[in-house]
Amino acid sequence: MQAALEIAGLKKTYKGGFQALKGIDLQVQQGDFFALLGPNGAGKSTTIGVITSLVNKTEGKVRVFGHDIDVELDKAKSYLGLVPQEFNFNQFEAPMKILVNQAGYYGVERKVAKQRAEKYLKQLDLWEKAEQPSRNLSGGMKRRLMIARALMHEPKVLILDEPTAGVDIELRRHMWNYLRELNAQGITIILTTHYLEEAEMLCRNIAIIDKGTIVENTDMKTLLAKLHIETFVLDLKPGAATPELQGVEYRVVDDHTLEVDIAKSQSVNDVFTQLTEQGIAVQSMRNKANRLEELFVTLVSNNDKGAQ
Amino acid sequence: MSISTTRIALSSILHKEIHRFMRIWVQTLVPPAITISLYFVIFGSLIGKRIGEMGGFDYMSFIVPGLIMMSVITNSYSNVASSFFSAKWQRNVEEMLVAPVPNWVIVAGYVGGGMARGILVGLIVTIIALFFVDIQIHNIWVIIATVMLTSAVFALGGLINAVFAGSFDDISIIPTFVLTPLTYLGGVFYSISLLPDFWQGVSKINPIVYMVNAFRYGFLGISDVSLGVAFGVIGVFIITLYAIAMYLISKGIGLRS
Repeated sequence: MQAALEIAGLKKTYKGGFQALKGIDLQVQQGDFFALLGPNGAGKSTTIGVITSLVNKTEGKVRVFGHDIDVELDKAKSYLGLVPQEFNFNQFEAPMKILVNQAGYYGVERKVAKQRAEKYLKQLDLWEKAEQPSRNLSGGMKRRLMIARALMHEPKVLILDEPTAGVDIELRRHMWNYLRELNAQGITIILTTHYLEEAEMLCRNIAIIDKGTIVENTDMKTLLAKLHIETFVLDLKPGAATPELQGVEYRVVDDHTLEVDIAKSQSVNDVFTQLTEQGIAVQSMRNKANRLEELFVTLVSNNDKGAQ
Repeated sequence: MSISTTRIALSSILHKEIHRFMRIWVQTLVPPAITISLYFVIFGSLIGKRIGEMGGFDYMSFIVPGLIMMSVITNSYSNVASSFFSAKWQRNVEEMLVAPVPNWVIVAGYVGGGMARGILVGLIVTIIALFFVDIQIHNIWVIIATVMLTSAVFALGGLINAVFAGSFDDISIIPTFVLTPLTYLGGVFYSISLLPDFWQGVSKINPIVYMVNAFRYGFLGISDVSLGVAFGVIGVFIITLYAIAMYLISKGIGLRS
């Protein structure tokens, strides 16, 4: 099957000499939900900029559905929809006008564009604001407006650069569901985010970029399997005896909270069995930290050490 | 991009641009109407009566074509300069850059928007002039051709200015320090034949002299320069400025990093 996006040997050096990308290779398959993670300044936005032709590359190849951006840029552009990190629409225009004009740039007839704009504005709960100046929209609404705008020409690949930054939890979850629906319809989604939980929940494949190089590129399951130990926080029934566990590392945080480090080779059941034998009831249990976050920090710090 | 797709993209940019200046008509259409009305009252009715004839016509009739052309020049330039710069500043120019819009369509769309405003303001000024003087028409085709081509020249100029501009101040420098002096010295208020030979020669370096005189010829049938030379100068400016604008947009100067 034709890859949705292929990047080979991509390099970008900015005018001042700063090398933002040092030879990136990446493949995103059709229908994938792909996460591109990295710390600030790692090269995520530069990569997206090159793909969408907002940044001129120094070296390398980028193909969108097999169309080389050096040879068939217009064709490649027509497959892509971009939701940038910063608000970049005319704040004085109404959402309806912004969407219809955007569709026009891709050759969508005005009548069809108006129907599509209505559909997406309704789906993203913006219909009531359709004719109001977009500067009056809240931050979350502006983000959704940019998603609607990116969908107006019905792209096959949707690139979202930190789409939920500054969005409250409820709205973020609403947006996650919407993105899942789009992906289920066959749209390939490439996402950069600072919320690692977001990538873990949504994405099937992942690349981690740091200092202009890809430090990890695999599927989410394989990546998470690299974690040998997970820390669980157990909330104990108040008034229970102080627990004593064999075969695992543990810490008694207070009289009703216990932290237990469990290796992949071990079973959580062993811990529960021991606690039950001691007459200690567990009320609830959760991961201490986001697993991906732990791994992300490890990979990036390993890259730092390698660079030194 | 197919012809139909290109047509829709071009009409979308044009629609956006025309809608922009119509939405803020109090800022874009009213001020030139007021300014030009004052010119008519002061230079035409009050001072003009004491000046007498110029080029065989009363002073008011003589300055009307120049004043119309002055408003066309200023408005076509400033429309594109402010619109394109604000699209750059708000980064909504990226909406076009990520889409498969050919560079010539971006240039044509913005220049078309600037021409539309320049010509609309020119029409408003012409209507106002009718309250002060009976306007005669010598050759309507010369009038139409001159106003279209001149507005295109200055719309292209505004686009180039906006590409290089780094702040809103940068889009007011050229109108203030270049366009206004060139327009005032471009034969709007006087015939350059009144000047000594040396200054007549200097005036002929000023491209606005050719535009104002060609336009005046369309109304009154008189000109300080040959009509062929005037259209030649305008043509050279259009070709040169278009080539520069296309180069800047295709290289992404000030637009792509």
